[in-house]
Amino acid sequence: MAEKITDETIDYVGILAKLKLSEQEREDAKADMQKMLDYIDKLNELDTAGVEPMTHVFPVKNVFREDVVVNGDDREQMLANAPEQRDGQYQVPKTVE
Amino acid sequence: MDLMKLTAVQLSEKIRAGEIRVAEAVQAALDAIEEKDQTINAFITVDREGALKAAEEIQKKIDAGELTGPLAGVPVAVKDNICTKGLKTTCASKILYNFVPTYNAEVIENLRRAGMVVVGKTNMDEFAMGSTTETSYFGVTRNPRNPEHVPGGSSGGSCAAVGAGEVLCALGSDTGGSIRQPSSFCGVTGLKPTYGAVSRYGLIAYGSSLDQIGPVARDVRDCAALFSVIASHDRKDSTSVELEDYDFMGALKDDVSGLKVGIPNEYFGEGLDPQVKERVLHAAGLLEQKGAQVEHFDLGMLEYAIPAYYVIASAEASSNLERFDGVKYGFRAEEYRGLHDMYKETRSQGFGPEVKRRIMLGSFVLSSGYYDAYYLKALRTKALIKKSFDQAFAKYDVILAPAAPTAAPKLGESLSDPLAMYLGDIYTVSVNLAGLPGISVPCGSTGEGLPVGVQILADCFKEKTILQAAYTLEQALRKEEQHG
Repeated sequence: MAEKITDETIDYVGILAKLKLSEQEREDAKADMQKMLDYIDKLNELDTAGVEPMTHVFPVKNVFREDVVVNGDDREQMLANAPEQRDGQYQVPKTVE
Repeated sequence: MDLMKLTAVQLSEKIRAGEIRVAEAVQAALDAIEEKDQTINAFITVDREGALKAAEEIQKKIDAGELTGPLAGVPVAVKDNICTKGLKTTCASKILYNFVPTYNAEVIENLRRAGMVVVGKTNMDEFAMGSTTETSYFGVTRNPRNPEHVPGGSSGGSCAAVGAGEVLCALGSDTGGSIRQPSSFCGVTGLKPTYGAVSRYGLIAYGSSLDQIGPVARDVRDCAALFSVIASHDRKDSTSVELEDYDFMGALKDDVSGLKVGIPNEYFGEGLDPQVKERVLHAAGLLEQKGAQVEHFDLGMLEYAIPAYYVIASAEASSNLERFDGVKYGFRAEEYRGLHDMYKETRSQGFGPEVKRRIMLGSFVLSSGYYDAYYLKALRTKALIKKSFDQAFAKYDVILAPAAPTAAPKLGESLSDPLAMYLGDIYTVSVNLAGLPGISVPCGSTGEGLPVGVQILADCFKEKTILQAAYTLEQALRKEEQHG
């Protein structure tokens, strides 16, 4: 049996995922996640002892390049995308009292 | 002459021969979009002004003999998760509803270098999460063959735009089947290249170890031509792989004699629509008539592909989508109390239900206490899936399979049961997990007139083998059609 999804689990996942859920969304999430995990449980049928976890299909190695700036100064355009900006910087709500 | 009835390669030939001007070709696409997109809704953004301006510049270079490639002057549509400098790129999400990239994805630079004109950005499932293009913040896209049906997804906009004749070719992206499945549903040809063959620089990430950009086109030749344009080695993408050569047009030979074709038994079991089965096996028969050796075999592991895929893709998505927090770009919630609450409110209001579902699942499987049981287990499963393909490709040159268990479902039938929708990806996700290339080629229609696609898969970097088999199949199907 898969892990039982409790209210506490959903609260914890909400913190990790930085999501605020309505009552309805919480109940839906609980049911959906339970259903998915029960399904994912199928993987436990497989004997994977001694099998290395494969993150990439090809061997990944560090790719180095010379530390040379090739892009231009896009500060104005980048800031133009910000919901709020001031003095050439991103503006966020006050973080320290 | 209706320019939108040509193939992309034919159109470029006429442009380079001076029979058609680039601006005329672009105008023809813009007119087709204006007329047909009222029903289809394949586009989120149409860049009329930018496209016509680019057409003039490209015309000059063609006239000067500087642009001679097989797709020079051809209008192209681009999925809205690929960054285009100065042109809105939304991922079909409220959270990026107004985002204007300050740089081009490498594939866009490649299109530009080949003299192609981007006419607009196509609709998709939000952040490429979905199989129907119904999770888009900008409304659903409709199937060009029957507007009551979905175009598939997540590259539904790109495939519908090509299928409807709004453009002759387009770029999509494929994380778990998002090029091949909508190509099958819309009756177009779409290739998911080997992981690393096309740069992901500027592709807004969903599942980074699975994502790959690929071409969608009207036929195999156009698909090969567009793939030749976008494939490149890019130092800005550390998973980019340098290929031996980048000309895939040479692979278009009408010949499969001696080609070993494997048909996995598991792909033809329960859940496969009998009409789809019949069309796919018919395609296998045509290849056999052309001299291929067709054999049925047990591939194994199919039933584990979807659970492994959803763990890995969701895990990567939860990490990749952390950057959307209302600070640097896109939507920010109007009311919040302090910084942390601003993040939460922004994300909760900015993401749709399917995206939230996957971010939560991903956060869970990566959290301490569950990481080994779910995430690492999925990665070990991925290794076993890769191994089963390695064994198959030791015996066969290509694998032939359906692209999806059914033809396109009706609008509104899929989203109510997410797990059932995920199961529709059963024939496509293994390919992404194993990093393989795969194409979907139209191989007929159901009795209701909905297109059916057949998938041809090969080992990593064997795109030429795939294209040759696909081209041969396409020729055989055309011949059959002509003879009624």
